Amino acid sequence: MNVSEKLAILADAAKYDASCASSGTTLRNSRDSGGIGSTTAAGICHSYTPDGRCVSLLKILLTNYCVYDCLYCVNRVSSAVPRARFTIEEVVNLTLDFYRRNYIEGLFLSSGIIRNADYTMEQVVAVARTLRQVHGFKGYIHLKTIPEANQALIDEAGKWADRISINIELPTAADLQLLAPEKNQTRIEGAMSAIRERIDQSKAERRESAKAPLFAPGGQSTQMIVGATPTTDATILDRASQLYDRQGLRRVYYSAFSPIPDASSKLPLIAPPLVREHRLYQADWLLRFYEFKVDEITTGTAPNLDLEIDPKLSWALRNRQWFPVNLNSAPRHLLLRVPGLGVKTVDRLVQARRWQKIRLHDLTRIRVSLKKVMPFIETLDHTPSGHGLEDDNLRARFAAPAEQMDLFATQPASGPTLEF
Amino acid sequence: MNELFFDGTFVGWKRAARGALVRGVDPAQARWIDARSAQTEFMLANLESVAGTEGDAPGVFRVPREFMTLSGCVSCHRDESRWTRLYRLLWRLTHGEPHLLEGAIDAEVSELNAMAKAVRRDEHKMHAFVRFREITTATGAWFVAWFEPQHLIVELAAPFFADRFAAMRWSILTPDRCAHWDGKALTFAEGADRSAAPTQDAAEDLWRTYYASIFNPARVKIGAMTKEMPRHYWKNLPEAALIPQLLAESAGRTAVMVAASEERVERATDFSAAAVPVTDDVGLLRDAAASCRACPLWRRATCTVFGEGPVRPRVVVVGEQPGDQEDRVGKPFVGPAGLLFNRALVAAGVERAELYVTNAVKHFKWEPRGKLRLHQKPNAREIAACRPWLEAELRALKPALILCLGATAAQAVLGSKEVRVLSDRGQLFPTEFGAPALITVHPSSLLRMAAGGDPEAAFALFVEDLKKLRG
Repeated sequence: MNVSEKLAILADAAKYDASCASSGTTLRNSRDSGGIGSTTAAGICHSYTPDGRCVSLLKILLTNYCVYDCLYCVNRVSSAVPRARFTIEEVVNLTLDFYRRNYIEGLFLSSGIIRNADYTMEQVVAVARTLRQVHGFKGYIHLKTIPEANQALIDEAGKWADRISINIELPTAADLQLLAPEKNQTRIEGAMSAIRERIDQSKAERRESAKAPLFAPGGQSTQMIVGATPTTDATILDRASQLYDRQGLRRVYYSAFSPIPDASSKLPLIAPPLVREHRLYQADWLLRFYEFKVDEITTGTAPNLDLEIDPKLSWALRNRQWFPVNLNSAPRHLLLRVPGLGVKTVDRLVQARRWQKIRLHDLTRIRVSLKKVMPFIETLDHTPSGHGLEDDNLRARFAAPAEQMDLFATQPASGPTLEF
Repeated sequence: MNELFFDGTFVGWKRAARGALVRGVDPAQARWIDARSAQTEFMLANLESVAGTEGDAPGVFRVPREFMTLSGCVSCHRDESRWTRLYRLLWRLTHGEPHLLEGAIDAEVSELNAMAKAVRRDEHKMHAFVRFREITTATGAWFVAWFEPQHLIVELAAPFFADRFAAMRWSILTPDRCAHWDGKALTFAEGADRSAAPTQDAAEDLWRTYYASIFNPARVKIGAMTKEMPRHYWKNLPEAALIPQLLAESAGRTAVMVAASEERVERATDFSAAAVPVTDDVGLLRDAAASCRACPLWRRATCTVFGEGPVRPRVVVVGEQPGDQEDRVGKPFVGPAGLLFNRALVAAGVERAELYVTNAVKHFKWEPRGKLRLHQKPNAREIAACRPWLEAELRALKPALILCLGATAAQAVLGSKEVRVLSDRGQLFPTEFGAPALITVHPSSLLRMAAGGDPEAAFALFVEDLKKLRG
């Protein structure tokens, strides 16, 4: 099998991992090193595929042979997909050839479990070591680590990689038991904690001395599959929130379960609507940047996110007593609650208020959609009309027609891109 | 009207603008003229004198740092009005509105911010979408790209490439300006024509393979793609040519996946093509076979029992299928029949260590009988499903002779049922693998020999057949 055939199989097998971020690591360049590569603060998306996802890293598996039988996974041992295995040298050369032509920011390497966890992890680490040591590669490296692997191997992975990740896979222990019997939530979280300790330790050491060794300076991330089990959004977000708090994760990725070749009969036949994944990302943003709590985003009677309107608008419609918010006097945390105002816009308004009173045309100038915010705000020249907030049809005014949410809808589902 | 000539660069504009401020030129009266686009010698001569006087004007005007950042970006915008707009902002900052950039929302500042944002976005897209092609020069490899930026950003964007590709030598050609890096210094030159750039690179096929493979046809979001990768960039992206085809096929590919799942639900047991990697490495074949699901036998077996032996064996021995013990241990011919086979080899003077030993079917097929797992003969469909593995082994090992133990092995190796073991034993048959097959009985037939048979005579006959393996 030649490299091209292997690449087709092993990229195809890697595409169910949503993460492609190349941001948030140390800033490096190759001006004086004689090597190749650099990093940027925000990362770069070098291309986009028609599924709307960015191509930032060469995202491949070392091999898709796997001894595990996780039912949602296309590479599970009982799947009849074609199998292939790269050599270490092939991955290294492919990364460098793509990098030199400016196709990618670096490498995201993952692998099926061959023989055992340590054997597999050794191979993955060897790729990163070769890139860094033999070729002086300064670009981005993301390594997927295996919870069962020896701690010394995970430590070495953190030494070469910008980011390391372990997938939590499914939101609850029961879901894991059902669909990924070889995986164990306690073990996964234990491995995450160990990584967090190393990251914190490295940060502390580097505050003392800039020469202290780095450990995964781009942090740790994980991924959850959504829609393969009946678990609710409330549970999913609660889990994500715990992971952000306990494990200090940079990102939790949500991957809508999608039909895979040779699927297991235990999986649902129909993919969850992509918009659910989109709503989860929006809710995730509210948790991290808008000071929302999980129990504000979902409720006991509605444990799943509203698919028709975004979670912030949904919260606002349930909590109309907070509105209208006066843009000239309300504190920042209340401005953040206004549907249609993002963090940047809020900061811009807070700054502008020091010099002037806010009017509607000021909002237009900083590209705020008046249609969306007007029922919820007061400005010097605007107070929502009496039948604004009390209007029972307010929700209907924002809700998009349901058929746009279809799997093959060609309407843009605008929203958070994955690269920041 | 006050005509302000300058050389079209940001540095030249700053010098001229400083001079205009000194002379108190009102922005409403100022007309900025790029002398490079002015045709007459008079104007060029005029520029010299203007530059000569204004360049020496004392710059006593204080402007906020933000203005330098903003104006630097806006100066790269393609809009002709940028110099006029920037001068108006400069005038306001130095004439009573020094806090203009500190937060207040102003119509003119908002427009300039939008222009700066467009420039920064274009710079970012250039960092993302430049595609180098490798050419060979007399002094070694050189990487050349053709790019068409929206704005005049080559100088702005080029240092990024020098930081990143310091050890390479590269050039980025655009219609406006060209940037060159020889491994030491960044230089700029006049714009070029597309024909000056190479048209292909060997790595692009691999890159397109990657692009097509990483795309998930089950989720199509064209809007999200074109928002970040607008169509006007597509013509210089080697991968973008694939987009129409990928989109056209996506619905069909997903439908096939869903249909396959539905069919699978209806039929619990299923046959499919064995996923045999194309390789001569038996170790890789063994790894691959470990997860084989080409027939339903794997469901009740403990593991795949693949062949074992030297990498360059003179003889490959093919049996029927692993038994109870083989299935537990994962190695072929370690049970009772294997022991008998070993004894016969010793009697025939053949070293087992020189043989590669495998089976026609690589999973144990059995039925429960009380606490025992009773051997069951594999059927034709199971033999056929497993045959690709045997073929791959034989092609990889290239033995001089293939020994078939029993009817199943003979059928699998010869691909037909024409051979009758009892009448054809001890004879050689041609195969498609470049080596003849020697047929004999399976050692388990000796173990199962009914009462009344002559085990010793049968064993002696078996040994006689095995003697034919000796070099």
